[in-house]
Amino acid sequence: MATEFHNLQELRHSASLANKVFIQRDYTDGTICKFQTKFPSELDSRIERTLFEDTVKTLNNYYAEAEKIGGQSYLEGCLACLTVYLIFLCIETRYEKVLKKISRYIQEQNEKIYAPRGLLITDPLERGMRVIEISVYEDRGSSGSSSGSSTTSSSGR
Amino acid sequence: MTGNMHLGVEEPIRECQYNQICTHNSSPMNTPHTKKRKSKRKWQVFPGRNRFYCNGRIMMAKQTGVFYLTMVLILVTSGLFFAFDCPFLASNLTPAIPAIGGVLFVFVMGMLLRASFSDPGVLPRATPEEAADIERQIDATNGPSGPGYRPPPRTREVLINGQTVKLKYCFTCKIFRPPRASHCSLCDNCVERFDHHCPWVGNCVGRRNYRFFYLFILSLSFLTLFIFAFVITHVILRSNRTGFLSALRDSPASVLEVVVCFFSVWSIVGLSGFHTYLISSNQTTNEDIKGSWSSKRGKGNYNPYSYGNFITNCCAALCGPLPPSLIDRRGFVLPDTPQPAAQTNGTGACPPNQVQSHMAATNPLLHSQPIILGGGPTLQAKSSLGGPCSTLSPSQPSLPSSIPGLSCGGELLALRDSEIHCHHHLHHQHFISPEETPSPPTALPCATHLGHHVHPAQLFNPVSQDSLHEDSVRGLVKLSSV
Repeated sequence: MATEFHNLQELRHSASLANKVFIQRDYTDGTICKFQTKFPSELDSRIERTLFEDTVKTLNNYYAEAEKIGGQSYLEGCLACLTVYLIFLCIETRYEKVLKKISRYIQEQNEKIYAPRGLLITDPLERGMRVIEISVYEDRGSSGSSSGSSTTSSSGR
Repeated sequence: MTGNMHLGVEEPIRECQYNQICTHNSSPMNTPHTKKRKSKRKWQVFPGRNRFYCNGRIMMAKQTGVFYLTMVLILVTSGLFFAFDCPFLASNLTPAIPAIGGVLFVFVMGMLLRASFSDPGVLPRATPEEAADIERQIDATNGPSGPGYRPPPRTREVLINGQTVKLKYCFTCKIFRPPRASHCSLCDNCVERFDHHCPWVGNCVGRRNYRFFYLFILSLSFLTLFIFAFVITHVILRSNRTGFLSALRDSPASVLEVVVCFFSVWSIVGLSGFHTYLISSNQTTNEDIKGSWSSKRGKGNYNPYSYGNFITNCCAALCGPLPPSLIDRRGFVLPDTPQPAAQTNGTGACPPNQVQSHMAATNPLLHSQPIILGGGPTLQAKSSLGGPCSTLSPSQPSLPSSIPGLSCGGELLALRDSEIHCHHHLHHQHFISPEETPSPPTALPCATHLGHHVHPAQLFNPVSQDSLHEDSVRGLVKLSSV
């Protein structure tokens, strides 16, 4: 692989953005937040399939945990209702706590796995929870063109 | 606009002034000097037709007149009750009455403010790269077609719990709407789990504020019945002592309270009952009016989102986790953040040539559309400017959500949205007859929106008009049966 970056700073300064790959939502389980684990062909030469799938599956698990309807969420809901929802001025909702965990996880994944391969994952929260945006960087020094953007992955089945 | 662009290239000072003008509507006037240092908050460049207060903390719809009426009605009626009826009742019956009344009143106001001021679950618009990616995928799926051929409607089919659901493409927001999301034509936003646009609350009702809306109407039903019952009790007790007419003379406020409560109780209790039914079957008002999950549509038609029993559905709707706002109103606009194209910044019924030209730029198939593409070159030039200013233009016409573009499906949905909030107006109108003032404001957006949408629709499929009339009749019948 031509591109080797050791940290995110180096990536941003010495590389140019070549392409963006979008991982769409998977709605087969309803409206819960879940992303497709299908490996996009544009990343074929950049990262191993298993690493990518692990990242997406972990993210899906985190979102499932945030949106889980169970004892804790009922307790939180009832308590909030009794206090006319003023309690949320003081404490964080469970969803917000999990979102912070997700953001730390994405940061860690970027540093350890994706940046060394010239990729960068954007937190889906910044894209309205619609897509996981993966930016593909090319080394400015190299003359290689952007990785195949003409192939289109089928979506949302 | 094209003239200004040329001047902007040659004379930087003019360009600064041009920038100043284009941000006039969304932020206070800044001098060119301070503008460069001061970065904007995202609510100031928000593309939808919402109003923001308290530096982005409060978010409401554009028309808030009816919301103030709601506040006045509740405050005045409750105020009169506490001032005139409660002293008598507290001393003659029990002080628990004003106490319970007070708790109910605080709850009602809290829920109303929460429903009105919070983000209903607005989906942010697609960034330019996302929109381009989706366009590529759609072109690949549909394949190339000759000139003069209208491309098929942009839909995606998804299997959810065994039921096929169609995801529609939103031309304004440039996204495929998630299931149960809908585009509100009044606010010009896609809203998740869109229920309806409520003028009484002054906001859309969607995923994030549905429970507040429901608790508001439920507690308001209790408060209205409570006040009604105890005012009657007060008048009866007084008239036992001093006679009916002198009782009325001693507390004239009671008459007003009884009248207001009597006329409101029917629709508020009715609405609470209707929403209780919706919650227990896990449907939105939108879906119920369209009959999306009705068994009349087909034998195997059922609601894929329902949890099966009504208790789980209720708990999920009211005590489920509260998702955060996706639009980050108070965040700062970063210079390198991709901003979606802001379409609406003014009023008026101008044809949506801006969007058409942008679409034409990305999709050559649209050249066959009989729309003026005068805005095209301007838009192209603007996209080369950096910063948030490039997304705003001085005289952007306000675009209806039903862009008369490529899909009858999209139009139908947008037209149905306007039908839905109009039905809501009709539903509310029959109890506000003592107060004449609200009818013009509520009728007016209804009429303009219907008028607004019907015209572009007439350019295209007339068959869709018939099915719409059928649907609107069905909707009216449905509401009248509540």
